[in-house]
Amino acid sequence: MISALLFMLGIGAVCGIVLSLSSKIFYVYEDPRIAQVENNLAGANCGGCGYAGCSAAAEAVVNGSAKPSVCVISGKEGVEEVARIMGVDAGSAESRLSYNYCEGGFRADDKYHYMGISSCKAMSSVYGGRRVCSVGCIGLGDCVKACQFNAIKIGQNGYPVVDDDKCVGCGACQQACPKDIIKVTTLSEQLMKFNQTQDALAPCAQTCPAEINIPKYINQIKEGKYKEAVKTIRMRNPLPLACGRVCPHPCEDECRRGIEDEPVSINQLKRFASDFEMNSGSRIPIKCAPDSGKKVAVIGGGPAGLSCAFFLRRIGHKVDIFDAMPKLGGMLRYGIPEYRLPKKVLDWEIQGILDLGIKSFCHVKFGADFGLGSLMASGYEAVFLGVGAWKDYSLGIKGEDLDGSFTGIDFLQRMSRGEKIKLGKTAAVVGGGNTAVDCARTLLRSGLDTVYMVYRRTRKEMPANEVEIVASEEEGIEFVFLAAPTKIISNDTGKVTQLEYLKMELGEPDASGRRRPEPVEGSETLLSVDMVISAIGQSPDPSFKEQDPHQRMTQLELTRWNTIDNDPATLQASIPYIFTAGDSATGPALVVDAIGSGRRAARSIDLFLKGEPVEPVKNSLQKKRIPESIFTKVPGIQKSARAKMPEIPVSQRLDSMIEVDLVLPEDAAQKESQRCLNCCRICYNPDTDFPMAKANRR
Amino acid sequence: MGDLFVLAISCIFINNILLAQYLGNCPFLGTSKKMETAVGMGMAVIFVLVMAGSLTWIVNEYLLKALDVVYLQTVSFILVIASLVQFVEMFLKKSIPALYAGLGIFLPLITTNCAVMGVCLINIKEEYTFIEALVTSFAYAAGFALALILFAGIRERILLARVPKPLQDTSIGLITAGMIAMTFMSFKGMV
Repeated sequence: MISALLFMLGIGAVCGIVLSLSSKIFYVYEDPRIAQVENNLAGANCGGCGYAGCSAAAEAVVNGSAKPSVCVISGKEGVEEVARIMGVDAGSAESRLSYNYCEGGFRADDKYHYMGISSCKAMSSVYGGRRVCSVGCIGLGDCVKACQFNAIKIGQNGYPVVDDDKCVGCGACQQACPKDIIKVTTLSEQLMKFNQTQDALAPCAQTCPAEINIPKYINQIKEGKYKEAVKTIRMRNPLPLACGRVCPHPCEDECRRGIEDEPVSINQLKRFASDFEMNSGSRIPIKCAPDSGKKVAVIGGGPAGLSCAFFLRRIGHKVDIFDAMPKLGGMLRYGIPEYRLPKKVLDWEIQGILDLGIKSFCHVKFGADFGLGSLMASGYEAVFLGVGAWKDYSLGIKGEDLDGSFTGIDFLQRMSRGEKIKLGKTAAVVGGGNTAVDCARTLLRSGLDTVYMVYRRTRKEMPANEVEIVASEEEGIEFVFLAAPTKIISNDTGKVTQLEYLKMELGEPDASGRRRPEPVEGSETLLSVDMVISAIGQSPDPSFKEQDPHQRMTQLELTRWNTIDNDPATLQASIPYIFTAGDSATGPALVVDAIGSGRRAARSIDLFLKGEPVEPVKNSLQKKRIPESIFTKVPGIQKSARAKMPEIPVSQRLDSMIEVDLVLPEDAAQKESQRCLNCCRICYNPDTDFPMAKANRR
Repeated sequence: MGDLFVLAISCIFINNILLAQYLGNCPFLGTSKKMETAVGMGMAVIFVLVMAGSLTWIVNEYLLKALDVVYLQTVSFILVIASLVQFVEMFLKKSIPALYAGLGIFLPLITTNCAVMGVCLINIKEEYTFIEALVTSFAYAAGFALALILFAGIRERILLARVPKPLQDTSIGLITAGMIAMTFMSFKGMV
């Protein structure tokens, strides 16, 4: 008896000593939460979770590869306790919710008649499921069976509907779904989601440079949930008021209704919803993720900078905006005239963004007043450079420095700041883009008698928005097409008196697909004007690179168009902590392009701040189209007229800068929202119950 | 040499630890849902069993027998195997992280695995020499891995089959295991 006791004591002591020694020698740091989580698992080491034992499962929970509900025995209390432990950490405190990406359901046809067991997993092994849509929901409800909290049911339309109040974000449904329809995401993940080739996207949503979920917000407008619609837009676009007014809406060109009928007036609906918020007098609260403790500097408060700052703030980072101009807004404020985007509206919108806790410093110029060194010293871990393209190209002809000769953006910007410029009576605006049209219409409103627009091609080739061209025609701007200025002529006092131009004719198409204008020899013509504004394009002003005493910017590479060189997929510049988007990276482009790329830069900056590799979005769609979603005919459409944009009559426009375009009244917006087919990748709701609608659509 | 080969074959097929002796059922059902897990578990069992089999043989021969406390066999083996697994886990984690990443998560599961304990006790009962004990330990473990991987393959298929509701998951698993065991009975008489 004694010997047995002594033996066991001895062998126990040896084992104990060896283990305690080796635990010192072989010590490896381990997250303390692993032990905490393990204490809340069942402890049966049953392996029912698919992991080898409880400690393996706990480790998987802590490093994020398993969800708090991983244990099949521990039940709801255990799951909640584990979720609470994981919630202690600021990084994962963001609540997760299940989110369904397919709204096709029964709208999609069946490819075959299925008689197998009622399980999505089994059915997906047979040609990827019965429905014609390759990415859509199969509808047999594996997610419903997987949910232990009764939060999902298959709705009457044949796709799962998640009850957000019951969902704990355990992720069981995501694991059960064979088609990636249902996903558990955080707010940050949803904000940083970019269109991918496998997504269920309508053609309009694929086209929108900001990647707004257009069918969703139109549907919300249809249901009268205007505030929800604004929230949907704000998931992708922080400036709906501005965009609703100035966006040339490339989405409408791809509208499926537009194939058979007039496209849905998407942009006016956006404006309607966002104006509804502004006019309602109260701001819709904007949700942000918990603070990350990281700080980012955004240089340039234009649409790209505001968008980047907005999204960085919403995913939890601290953001400060620096701008060279007296107020934020960039080209929105100084490039777009009051009659298109009233300053009052812009102020309201920008204030909403700043209210999220973003600080702004205006009237400080990057390079002149502060540099990269001072930013780094102040604790900014990444820099977004969205300085825009503010330098006008010059015509390169004689007389551009005369009294009465201006450049486009410079002119608009001085007018916007209220500077008193001595204007003449007749003016020629050279160029055919939006800046040129803006200059011409601004001049007309400033009391000039005649404004000519001198463009070297024809109206068809004008790059300005069609609505702008129509409006300027209505307002009485005179167009001089096929004309290339050669000389600005002055009188003895150096005052502009005439513009000389050569007549052109169109030749062969050039690289841009537009027919190249060729001069007609000896066709010099004189146009009597006392002002000439050249608005033939802009480039970024890289002067900040020269004012760089500590040589920090020397590695920043520029392209030959003076734009900041970056990786087009991640928007990271040649200095790793600098990211750039908007006009300063692409040259002059749309506001909505700047907004979309501002968000893309925010994603890259977020990855950079977290220390993860800054990689592009996998299978990113980025302006490409999903071929199967582009139809040539759309059966089941009944023609209905598109809502007409209300505008003030021409007679009232010309003596003031008041806004020309008005917002749709509610009943018109309702009617317009009903024109939307609520498209998805290949599904849509036809107007009529056209029996062959589904079969014939491709 | 030939004897050792026969011994190994009989341990892998005829006396398969899972299907003939029905030891180690918890990981057999628990870790056989996914092929990936099954392979990992199989490898971990091979690794630990070879070490445990030789260590317990040494403990038995030079401690228990020498001190004439053979009746403490079971108790002391539990202690030795548990400590060994813990030690190996710590060692791998620090020194060979790559191997730990592959096997590490399965190791704690083996601490309380009856298959390991069973093989160690069989080695002593059959009075094998050290080399024989080493070979049987390896062979039993290989048989374990073989059965587990076979079973995982079948279970992955069963997931897609039409199974009556009361028989789903573990029940159909046990029935299948029984049927595999019956087929393994046909190896009897091979040696």
